[in-house]
Amino acid sequence: MTDLADLTSDVRIDLKLIADLIEPGSRVLDIGCGDGALLELLERTRGVDARGIEISQEGVNAAVGRGLSVIQGDADSDLVQYPDQSFDYVVLSHTIQATRNARRVLDEMLRIGRHVVVSLPNFGHLDVRFRLMFLGRMPVSKRLPYSWYDTPNIHFCTIRDFVELVKDVGAHVDQAIVLDASGKRLPFSLPWIVWNLLGAQAVFLLSRDGH
Amino acid sequence: MALVVWKLPDTEAPMLDATLPETDAQASLRRNEADNPSSLVMRFGTDAPLTLDAGPAIAPWQIAYQTYGELNADRSNAILICHALTGDQHVASTNPVTGKPGWWTLMVGPGKPIDTDRFFVICSNVLGGCLGTTGPASTNPETGQPYGLDLPVVTIADMVRAQAMLVTSLGIDQLFAVVGGSMGGMQALQWAASYPDRVFSTVAIATSYRHSSQNIAFHEVGRQAVMADPDWCGGRYLEAGRNPKKGLAVARMAAHITYMSDRSLHQKFGRNLQDREAVAFGFDADFQIESYLRHQGMAFVDRFDANSYLYVTRATDYFDLAADHGGVLANVFKGTKTRFCVLSFTSDWLYPTSESRAVVHALNAAGAPVSFVEIDSDRGHDSFLLDIPEQFRIVHGFLSGAARVRGIAGPAAEDIR
Repeated sequence: MTDLADLTSDVRIDLKLIADLIEPGSRVLDIGCGDGALLELLERTRGVDARGIEISQEGVNAAVGRGLSVIQGDADSDLVQYPDQSFDYVVLSHTIQATRNARRVLDEMLRIGRHVVVSLPNFGHLDVRFRLMFLGRMPVSKRLPYSWYDTPNIHFCTIRDFVELVKDVGAHVDQAIVLDASGKRLPFSLPWIVWNLLGAQAVFLLSRDGH
Repeated sequence: MALVVWKLPDTEAPMLDATLPETDAQASLRRNEADNPSSLVMRFGTDAPLTLDAGPAIAPWQIAYQTYGELNADRSNAILICHALTGDQHVASTNPVTGKPGWWTLMVGPGKPIDTDRFFVICSNVLGGCLGTTGPASTNPETGQPYGLDLPVVTIADMVRAQAMLVTSLGIDQLFAVVGGSMGGMQALQWAASYPDRVFSTVAIATSYRHSSQNIAFHEVGRQAVMADPDWCGGRYLEAGRNPKKGLAVARMAAHITYMSDRSLHQKFGRNLQDREAVAFGFDADFQIESYLRHQGMAFVDRFDANSYLYVTRATDYFDLAADHGGVLANVFKGTKTRFCVLSFTSDWLYPTSESRAVVHALNAAGAPVSFVEIDSDRGHDSFLLDIPEQFRIVHGFLSGAARVRGIAGPAAEDIR
């Protein structure tokens, strides 16, 4: 029997942050759920009704094998089948940079869910800027392990870029959490420009204006 | 169903010749099984008629079944397995006609994905079948002769209604799961549609929500082959002491092609010749694939009733879940609490993945909990019967997750990974 301590200890730090944003007992759709780590965490610790979509067969197989309700599908094409406001939360964790039409995906998420949670790696991070500026190379690191020519990550953005997109689609940021490269939270009082420079990844809780 | 492992026969390729000596022992075994199955059987009298979509009700009638494992104290651990077109109730026990092991022993048994140490497994012969559930080979109580074509045409919903009466008779209100592949998957989906409160979870493998035009076309070829055989005798061959073997074998040959992929046929047989160095410039079975198909056809006629084949193929042709719900599949599952697991195989062109996706989309629209995986396999529709570890892992994982929610105790400490 795997106990909860085991379950949470090796979970990506952004997944823990996301789990903390989600009301217990709610309905959650995780887009790009991978092997279902977040869904399992949510089911076990928050008692949510958790569903997932994942594009890779290995991911789906692993998640369904864990007893999770996960289907093979594509964020860019399959969100249209979900009815309006059918979930309390729609989550996109470290996936937005791999979508073809990030704006439309975000739009669809805001249509399907009352709340939207997005986590993303920050392409404006100091380390990225350093590599581009001084080495003149697209950054390859532990967090961004792919070479430019074979990466699934086709739409990188910075924290500032994403916040602009949120405004553009008529949503607002209800909460933002930014982590530095060591996974520590940057203080809320820091200005955006610092977050955009020192933040390695960010988690946003969004909703459509008027909801 | 295909043979899981097939070896080229050493003997001369069989001819599809009706004068071949019938395996009399098997044929008479089969005829006995129609009325007096060696499995368990539930008999319903005139006080419990079975209503049919075609209109009339039948009574008395009977349903033959097998069970494995133990029903728990709160009767919550029952799994109904629905068999495919020409399957039977002997899912994990020896078939009394062929003497062969059960057709899904890879999936069902102690410690298997459908674990009989944990679950109480029921498998019944379908309505219209020929191994002990009322079908065209059963004796018509009004005439004392086999029903033949006097049995009303049956549907998938009729099969499920018959199963529901069996399940009720066994004292079970809600099934923990209904599991099936191919036509069995249609029954599993129909269960969720007809009796949403009586199905906690559904596993539908390599199946569809309706028969396509192409599906119907292949079945029609098979039926016409049966009916074109002079030994069919207008459906009254049993009284005439004859058997339309040739027609039924051809039907099986055509159908068998649809169960395999082009790639798997090519890998297995290619253009290899059967027991000869060069083509014979004749119409013998020159090619291994011809010999294989003839073998499949001949093996089938010994264990299956020709009229039964007409009935079960018709039932699948009539299957269209959405048709009864204004053509909108999502409406079929509106408000359902059932958990679904839908599996398809990449090389299945009989019930391609797109049809499973349509089911999944409908379930999503209905807000139902659904898991869906397309499994990579080059072995065609028959993959669901074969040793595909991915399939077993997923079925096991899905059922374990559902059992946790349902509160069914596992046989041992369960690893959530």
